[in-house]
Amino acid sequence: MILECSDLVVGYGTRVVGRDLDVALAEGEVLALLGPNGGGKTTLLKTLLGLVPPLGGEVRLAGRPLGALGIRERATLVAYVPQVHAGTFAFTVAEMVLMGRTARSGPFEAPSARDHQVAAAMLERLGIAHLADRPYTLVSGGERQLALIARALAQEPRIVVLDEPTASLDFGNQGRVMREIRSLAAAGLGVIFSTHDPNHALRHADRAMLIRNGTSIASGPVRAVLSRQNLETLYRCEIIGIGTDDDVAFLPA
Amino acid sequence: MRGASGFAVAVAVLLAGVVVAFAVGRFPIGPADLLTALHAAVTGTPSGLPPAVETVLWQIRGPRVLAAVLVGAALAVAGTAFQGLFRNPLVSPDILGASSGAALGAVVGILFSLSVVGIQALAFAGGLVAVAAVYAIGSALRGGDTILVLVLTGVVVGALLGAGVGLVKYLADPYNQLPAMTFWLLGSLSGTAPDDLVPLLGPVLAGTLVLLALRWRMNAMSLPEEEARALGVPTGPLRAAVVAAATLVTAASVSAAGIIGWVGLVVPHLARFLVGPGFPRLLPTAAVLGGGYLLVIDTLARTAAPVEIPLGILTAVVGTPFFIALLRTARKGWS
Repeated sequence: MILECSDLVVGYGTRVVGRDLDVALAEGEVLALLGPNGGGKTTLLKTLLGLVPPLGGEVRLAGRPLGALGIRERATLVAYVPQVHAGTFAFTVAEMVLMGRTARSGPFEAPSARDHQVAAAMLERLGIAHLADRPYTLVSGGERQLALIARALAQEPRIVVLDEPTASLDFGNQGRVMREIRSLAAAGLGVIFSTHDPNHALRHADRAMLIRNGTSIASGPVRAVLSRQNLETLYRCEIIGIGTDDDVAFLPA
Repeated sequence: MRGASGFAVAVAVLLAGVVVAFAVGRFPIGPADLLTALHAAVTGTPSGLPPAVETVLWQIRGPRVLAAVLVGAALAVAGTAFQGLFRNPLVSPDILGASSGAALGAVVGILFSLSVVGIQALAFAGGLVAVAAVYAIGSALRGGDTILVLVLTGVVVGALLGAGVGLVKYLADPYNQLPAMTFWLLGSLSGTAPDDLVPLLGPVLAGTLVLLALRWRMNAMSLPEEEARALGVPTGPLRAAVVAAATLVTAASVSAAGIIGWVGLVVPHLARFLVGPGFPRLLPTAAVLGGGYLLVIDTLARTAAPVEIPLGILTAVVGTPFFIALLRTARKGWS
């Protein structure tokens, strides 16, 4: 397992947001987190990234406790793709992706030739090399998301954590981003993403974890976990399943 | 490339500013004389220029030009750093109370009839203490957005220090001390002597070098906090280092020249317009452009009217319309 934790308690300071959370992720595997807003998905993701210390339990990354890793070492193991944002300053897409190499050099060092190479290769890999010199603030939401994924890949991590990667994207870009996520796993990375769309999880994730009120109500292979019943329990609303059992899609009633 | 030519534009502005600054005023020194004197100084040979020209150049005009360049560069670099650090293009170097602290130090110095050196030292200390207090209070207030808490603490403490300045002015002798305080608070470089450069040069160079050394990290620092940390940036210690360095240069320039607003706000925008927002290019460009900008303003201040115009007034008069024009044309630069 590249990432594992058991009986994890997550939260901020004295405020417990989630407890009894077990996560295990293998290389080449995609894990989807689903659940209502405020249920603890984002806090769990941040805890797995080491941005928020766990209130109980321990996260192990590549066999080592997360808390024992230095901030730079951690960034070479696990990368974060935040929700698409507008950005304050108009960095070029290339500059944005190059920032993924931050942990590879000392605080006073300029990026090396190899850093520039890796960044360029990741732009290429995500198919956005033609946007390299465009301001990040002026490309589309989908292109920004791809740039943020390229930046995460430039960290050359073993795990990529994505927070609602398809939120605020148009329909076509949602598909494009989800396919990229699948290809990350095909390249041997462990991938965790949160989503509000069970259909994305069904088609692109290997396993799913349903979180409600800070606890996991179901966890396991997507086909087993993402049932109509489980989703109705998760979201407390009526769900319709469309299609056959082998190829099902869900809609809120 | 836009970047390289942008830096060249900044250098050209600075050089033109230097030439004009020497060439205008009560004792004009033309570019030829300036080059002769510089060449003589470098080679150690006599320049053959009249002694009066030498005196104006080395004792009066030269120090003032250098001071204007240093103060302008300092304010621009500090403003650039703070805008990145606080992820807000409307932030200026005094956001954490450096100017209001320095102002209180200076007016207290004037109230107690200290020497010029004493007033400057007190202003410098006031700026540093104010920012240290803001940082300490802001860091102690846990919870919530660190950056926002810090900025709000700066605003609140700045207002308190402003009240302190008001109180000292109220207590001051209205015939001698009050005009001196008012003059100081509006900013001026008149009467800059060679000796004044030492306390300015050291801190400005030290702080600027620290910020330049951190220029690659500052790109990532201008991202949302958690993103920066996920990229491997220890935001806490780096933020403290950037605040300390930017405060050092701001306090040094405010104590030397009084309160000069707008430079630290406008110049970073101009520099971003020239070379884009990437700090490795932006910081040096802002430094050079800031030096040139304040030099032009200071040249205007001493030549545009029969009496010296306070710098703070000129930077505001020039800066406001300029900034509005900038908002119209270059908004995509940061929005």
